[in-house]
Amino acid sequence: MLRVKNLKAGYDGVPVIFDVSFEVREGELVSIVGSNGAGKTTILRAISGLIKPLAGEIEFMGERIDRIPAHEIVERGIAHVPEGRHVFGKMSIRDNLLMGAYTIKSEAEIRKTYEEVCDIFPRLRERESQKAETLSGGEQQMLAIARGLMSRPKILMVDEMSLGLMPILVDKVLDILREIRNRGTTVLLVEQKVQEALEMADRGYVLQTGRIITSGTNKELLESDLVKKAYLGM
Amino acid sequence: MIEQVAVSGLLMGLIYALVAVGLSLTWGVLDIINFAHGEYLMLSMYTAFWLYTLFNMDPYVSLPLAALLIFVIGYLNYKIVIKKVIDAPGLTALLATFGLSLLFRNLAQFFWTPNIRFISNTIVTDKKIELGSVVLGMPQLVAAIGSIIMVFVIYHFITKTKIGKAIQATAQDKSTARLMGINTEKIYALTLAIAGAAAGIAGSFMSTFYPVYPESGMMYGLLGFVIVALGGFGNIMGALYGGIIIGLAEAFGAYFLGTQFKYAVVFLIYLVVIQFKPRGLFGW
Ligand SMILES: Nc1ncnc2c1ncn2[C@@H]1O[C@H](COP(=O)(O)OP(=O)(O)O)[C@@H](O)[C@H]1O
Ligand SMILES: [Mg+2]
Repeated sequence: MLRVKNLKAGYDGVPVIFDVSFEVREGELVSIVGSNGAGKTTILRAISGLIKPLAGEIEFMGERIDRIPAHEIVERGIAHVPEGRHVFGKMSIRDNLLMGAYTIKSEAEIRKTYEEVCDIFPRLRERESQKAETLSGGEQQMLAIARGLMSRPKILMVDEMSLGLMPILVDKVLDILREIRNRGTTVLLVEQKVQEALEMADRGYVLQTGRIITSGTNKELLESDLVKKAYLGM
Repeated sequence: MIEQVAVSGLLMGLIYALVAVGLSLTWGVLDIINFAHGEYLMLSMYTAFWLYTLFNMDPYVSLPLAALLIFVIGYLNYKIVIKKVIDAPGLTALLATFGLSLLFRNLAQFFWTPNIRFISNTIVTDKKIELGSVVLGMPQLVAAIGSIIMVFVIYHFITKTKIGKAIQATAQDKSTARLMGINTEKIYALTLAIAGAAAGIAGSFMSTFYPVYPESGMMYGLLGFVIVALGGFGNIMGALYGGIIIGLAEAFGAYFLGTQFKYAVVFLIYLVVIQFKPRGLFGW
């Protein structure tokens, strides 16, 4: 479904990820893990078109998308929930969700999606006319994910959803992501919290200073010496 | 007498608000100060003047044409000038719009001479309404009512329509707006075009009672900045309140201290507010 080949990307012509290749298949939940500064966010930005790759290819549903501007990538079915949530604080929760559905033309479809998404996040419906900035960090994370779902994506990419959340909330968001996957949306998760992210994934990739150093099923990774030593403190 | 001053100030304030709305939008969405905004007014006033002089069109009739023309100029201003400098460091964008404002003024001088001109006979010229001791000039009254209607139309557009919400989203967080599928380039161009149209409408109204010359937009551009700073960047209702405050301050300043001091009062208010509320009285 999503195939990244020899991707090199960075800022102002200076690469921060080098020769990254990975793949996400339809229906999977895949995690890319790595410590702060490894280049996880940069990978997602390159996929969603916010930055142009310096080299390599990104293919989605059989089509090259690495030269397509960001606003057209969403239409193709890729939703990117950015690190740090980035909800539109001055806008209502409802309007935030409607912005998520910006590319959908049919009013009826937007209404239907709105109801579906609010079924997953009932708190948001209760407070739909409130400004997004009045929500707590955890609620804003829910809103950011819900907003991503509003475009009816084929794949949902979530960047560092655990950032700044209490452990109990992290578990809750993870449950929700699992539910989203069970409803048929492919999920690509990018996380510093290596254990949690690998535990819930089907497969994972480990990124270190801009390169993928190992990959495998969640079991393989959680049991590998490399991951245990470097990331799980065992 | 004091009622007369208050009413005149209020009417001018409402017109200022329409001038300031476009400036505020530009500032709020693109995060740049468009120094050429005052020149949009001037160009619109000349449009009204020439259509009146050559084709005997009343400024109220030519208003949609002037609005459309300045809408297009605003759009081109983005595509040709601002787009190139918006990400440049330091004062580049500021200097570019400042240069554009000089260019517009010099072109006006070159083609149309520095002479001061008037539209001498519109359908409202010399008409008045008397309410007790207060006299309302018809041109000012129509301009004020038209302006406040336009401010509300723009407010409605920005807060209620899908494109308006996309403009807000772009103003708050451009990258995230792009992730929503919003073409932020288009939004920028549209914002400047709307700002232009608003100034175009204000200019048409003002041409019915204000002289037309190459510098006729300058002072209003400047007052616009003060109003935006008072009202808060990107805040449309703030521009309305700021416009009213400045209109009243100017009128009362002139009444109590003399006409030569009216702008001193305006800028004094500005300096005091900025000290205590740098994001404006109604700022985000
Ligand atoms: N906007 C930016 N401009 C320049 N360098 C950046 C920018 N964003 C991130 N970087 C650099 O790129 C590297 C990878 O960052 P990032 O992709 O954010 O890593 P991660 O998401 O894994 O923490 C870091 O060294 C970071 O300093
Ligand atoms: Mg990151």
